[in-house]
Amino acid sequence: MTVAHKPNSELAARFPDLHPPFDHQSALTEANRCLYCFDAPCIAACPTHIDVPRFIKKIAQGNLRGSALTILDANILGASCSRVCPVDVLCEGACVYHRYNQQPIEIGRLQRHAMDAFLHNGAALPKKSSADKLGKVACIGSGPASLSCAAELRQQGFAVAVFERKALPGGLNTYGVAEYKLRSADSLREIEMIRALGVDFRFGEDISPAKLAKLENEYDFIFLGVGLGAMHKLGIPGENHPAVINALDFIERYKTGVASTVGRRVAVIGAGNTAIDAARAAIRLGAENVQILYRRGKEHISAFAFEYEQAREEGVEFRWWIQPAAIHTYGPTIAAIECMFTQPVPANADLPIGGELKSPPDSAGSQTQPTIASSFRIPCDMAIPAIGQSPLLAFLESCRGIKLEFGRVQIDRATGQTANPKYFAGGDCVNGGREVVDAVADGKRSALALARQLESAHA
Amino acid sequence: MPEQKVAPDLSVLFAGKIYSPNPFWLASAPPTNCGQQVMRAFDAGWGGAVWKTLGDPIVNVSSRYSSVDWNGQRMMGLNNVELITDRPLETNLREITEVKKRYPKHALIASLMVESKREAWHKIVQQSEDAGADGLELNFGCPHGMSERGMGSAVGQVPEYAEMITAWVKEKARTPVLVKLTPNITDIRTVARAAKRAGADGLSAINTINSITGIDLDTFTPRPNVDGKSSHGGYCGPAVKPIALNMVQQVQGDPDSALPLSGIGGISDWRDAVEFILLGCSNVQVCTAVMHYGYRIIEEMRDGLSNWMAEKGFAKISDFQSLSLARVQEWKHLNLNYKIVARIHEERCIGCQLCYTACWDGAHQCIHMDRVGQSALTGAGHNGVQATPAMREAQSREVISMTPIPKLDHAVTSNGSEPYATPLARIPRVDESECVGCNLCYLVCPVPGCITMEEIDLNLPPQSWEQRTASIPNLPTTGRNCG
Repeated sequence: MTVAHKPNSELAARFPDLHPPFDHQSALTEANRCLYCFDAPCIAACPTHIDVPRFIKKIAQGNLRGSALTILDANILGASCSRVCPVDVLCEGACVYHRYNQQPIEIGRLQRHAMDAFLHNGAALPKKSSADKLGKVACIGSGPASLSCAAELRQQGFAVAVFERKALPGGLNTYGVAEYKLRSADSLREIEMIRALGVDFRFGEDISPAKLAKLENEYDFIFLGVGLGAMHKLGIPGENHPAVINALDFIERYKTGVASTVGRRVAVIGAGNTAIDAARAAIRLGAENVQILYRRGKEHISAFAFEYEQAREEGVEFRWWIQPAAIHTYGPTIAAIECMFTQPVPANADLPIGGELKSPPDSAGSQTQPTIASSFRIPCDMAIPAIGQSPLLAFLESCRGIKLEFGRVQIDRATGQTANPKYFAGGDCVNGGREVVDAVADGKRSALALARQLESAHA
Repeated sequence: MPEQKVAPDLSVLFAGKIYSPNPFWLASAPPTNCGQQVMRAFDAGWGGAVWKTLGDPIVNVSSRYSSVDWNGQRMMGLNNVELITDRPLETNLREITEVKKRYPKHALIASLMVESKREAWHKIVQQSEDAGADGLELNFGCPHGMSERGMGSAVGQVPEYAEMITAWVKEKARTPVLVKLTPNITDIRTVARAAKRAGADGLSAINTINSITGIDLDTFTPRPNVDGKSSHGGYCGPAVKPIALNMVQQVQGDPDSALPLSGIGGISDWRDAVEFILLGCSNVQVCTAVMHYGYRIIEEMRDGLSNWMAEKGFAKISDFQSLSLARVQEWKHLNLNYKIVARIHEERCIGCQLCYTACWDGAHQCIHMDRVGQSALTGAGHNGVQATPAMREAQSREVISMTPIPKLDHAVTSNGSEPYATPLARIPRVDESECVGCNLCYLVCPVPGCITMEEIDLNLPPQSWEQRTASIPNLPTTGRNCG
C-alpha cells in the first residue's frame, strides 16, 4: 500500500467499538453455548455461507488459526464483515436460540475474536494453488466485490489487477463505514493481506472508454465491482451551499481526518442506514442536536430496526412525514431548512406523468405528496442529505454489451456473468446497494465461474 | 390453612451405631484436614466428617491437583496426588477430642492408614477411639504414593491383605469399623467380601480412580506438574459418579458383600445423594463439590433432599433406601418385547437437527428431513431412498442468499402457511417403523420435552433373552451389541 493511513487517537476516543471484542474466557464461554446445529440456519443466512458452527467449535477447542481459516475460506473479508455485518438480520437472526427463549450466539463477535487473533499473529492468507496459472482478470473498483473476486482468483493462481479511482483501496469499507463499526486502518490491514497474495493494485485509475477498450484487449475478463455513484441530490434551492454535505462525503471526511467538525444543530435528510451512520457520527463529533427528517413514516424506513433503535438511544431525533423544500443560507452558514409536512398519495393514484418508473418499486410502496400550505422552518447550521446513491450510469453504459435495469447491471446470479460474456459484475452495481457480505459473495461466485472459464480457455 | 406436615427426618444411624443429624458427611480429604475446618463445616450444617487420614506424617509435593474442564465448565473431574495427613498425630488427636466435645451430636470418623503390622493398627485404633472418634474408616483405597509403600490401595487390591488387617482392627476396636474400597480393581466385590468375612461393620465406596487428567501441549508435562514430571493421581468429582453408582450397586446387590455402605463418588447435589441411597447406601460422603464451592453447599443439599422427601411422602431416609436396587438386573433378564419409539413434538422443535445427524451417523438412519419437498414420501422406508446428510448440506450451500433489505426486496413476504415456529423444512421426522428406540435423539435434543420416547404396545408378553433362548434352543448365544 502506497499511502499509510494511521489510526487517529481523537477519532478512536470518539468512536469506540460498537461491539467490543471478547476476552479469551468470554469467547470460550460463548463458543461453548453454540449447539453446533446440523446444516445450520446461520450458514444458510450468511450470503457467503461461512461454516459458522465449525469456526465456533474451533474457537471452543482452542484452534483460533483453524477458526480464522474456516472463516476466510468462505469470506476473504471475514474480519471486516465480523464488524459491519447486520448480524441481527443475517446469521444471528437465524440462530435457533431465538426459538428457545435464549439470546442468539454472538456470532459476529466470535468471528471477530478469531479474525483478530489471525491478524494479530501477522498470518498470511493461504494459497489454493502452488503454481501460477495462465489467465488474467481486471477488476474495476477495489471495494468488497472486487477484493473478494481478486483474492479468490489470485489464490487459485491467476493474475489479477485491480483498478481504483481513489488513492486507497477498499471502497466503502475504507471510506464509508461508520468508524465505530470499522476503522479505515482495519480495512486497509485486511486488504494488505490480499495484496500480499500478489494482486496488482493500480490507484488513481479513472476508467475512460478508451482505457476500457485497452483493458478488454489485455485481459481475458473484466469484473465490474464499481459500486454506486454520487449521492442523489435533493433538488431544492440552497443545496449547493458548502454547509450542505452529503452523508458519504461527510463520513469520508471525518474518517480520513480531512474535516472532523460538525454544526451545532444538524439535520440529516433520509432514513436509511447511511443516514443513521451520519447522524450518529454527527453526535459523536459534538453536535448538540441531530434530527433525521424523513418524508414518510417510521414503518417505511429502509434502515434496519436495530440501527434505528441504537440511533435513538444515542440521542438522534426522528421526525416523520417531513420533506425539505429549501435550504435557507446566511453567508458562510445555513440558517434553516424549510420543510413541508407530507402525506401518502392514495394507493389508486395514477403514476406520475410520463408513466415510467425511474426506480424499482419499493416495499414502502406509497408515494408521498406535500400537504398544501404546511411550510415551516427547522433551524440548523449543517444539512446532510442521505437519500441514496445513483448508479454510475455513464460508466456502465460505456461497457459495451452489458444490460442494465433500473441502473443495475444484469447478471446470471450463479456466475455473475453479464450479457457481454467478457464482463462479470457483483456488489452494489448489481444489487442496488446492499451489504459488504453480499458484495463478497458476489465477487467469489464470479471468481469461481471465471476460474472455470480461464481453466478451459487456457487448457 | 393446609395442615402443616412434619418435616422429614434426615438423621441417620449408620450401622446402627453412628448417629448424624443428616446423611451428608465430608469425605476424608483436604476439607477435613484440621479441627477448625471440621467445626466450620458442622456450623454450616454437615452431619458428619471423616477426618483426613491419620498415620505417620508424610511430606507432600506441590502442585497436587489437576482437573478436567468440560465445555467451559470447571472441574468436571478432579485429580490429586496429595497423600495422607502431614500433621503430627498428636495434633490431630487433640483436635478430634476438641471437636467431639463441642459437637457431640455430629458423626466424627477417624480415617486410618498405617504400615501393615498388627501392633501398629492396634495402636492407632486405640489412640483414635481414646480421642473420641465415633467410628473408624480403614483407608485401603488411596491409589497414589501410599500404595508404593505397601499401604492404601496396595492393601485394598488384595483381598487377603484387606481381610487380615480388618481382622486385626476388629480385635481392638470398640467403635464401628468401615472399610473404604478402591475402585482400581477388576471386581470390587472381592475386597468387599473379604472385609465382610473379617467382621467389618460397614463399607465406604468408592475411593478415587487412577488417572492422568491431561498433558500440557506446550511442555508435554502431564498435570499436575511437579517440576516437569507428574504421577498418576486419584480422580473424583462429577465425572466419576456413574462409575461409583455401578460399584455401589455391585456391592449392595451381592449378599456376600452387602453391608451398611457410605456412598462416595462425585456427589455434587441432593439428587446425586438420593441416587446413591436408592442403590442401597445408608449415607453419603462429599469432597470435590466442597473443594469447588465451600462448605456452604450443604444448605442446598439438605434443603433439596428434605423437599424431595416431603414431596414423595418419605418420612425418613430408610424409607427410600435401596428402592432401586432390585431394578438393576443382568441384561439377560431385560424384556425384549418392550418397544419404544421417538416422537418429535413439532411445536417445541427449534430446528437444530442434532437428532437428525446423531441418528444418521450414530444410530439407525431413521430420522429424516423430508417434511417438505419432493422427498416428502411418508413411510418411504429406510436410508436407501433418502439423501445423505452430506447431500443435504451441499444443497444448502448452493442456495444464493442475500441480506434482506425491505426497500430492495419488495416481494418479500412471510410464509403464512407455516404451522410451527420452526419452518417445517427444518423439523425432522421419525420413521417409527425403523426406530429401534435407542434414546440417542432424545439424549442429544437440547429442548426438554421436544423428543419423547413413547411405548408401542406389541401385544406380546414380556420375554427376556434368557427365556427366549431357553424356549428356542438353536439361537446364537450372544445377543448384545458390544461394538
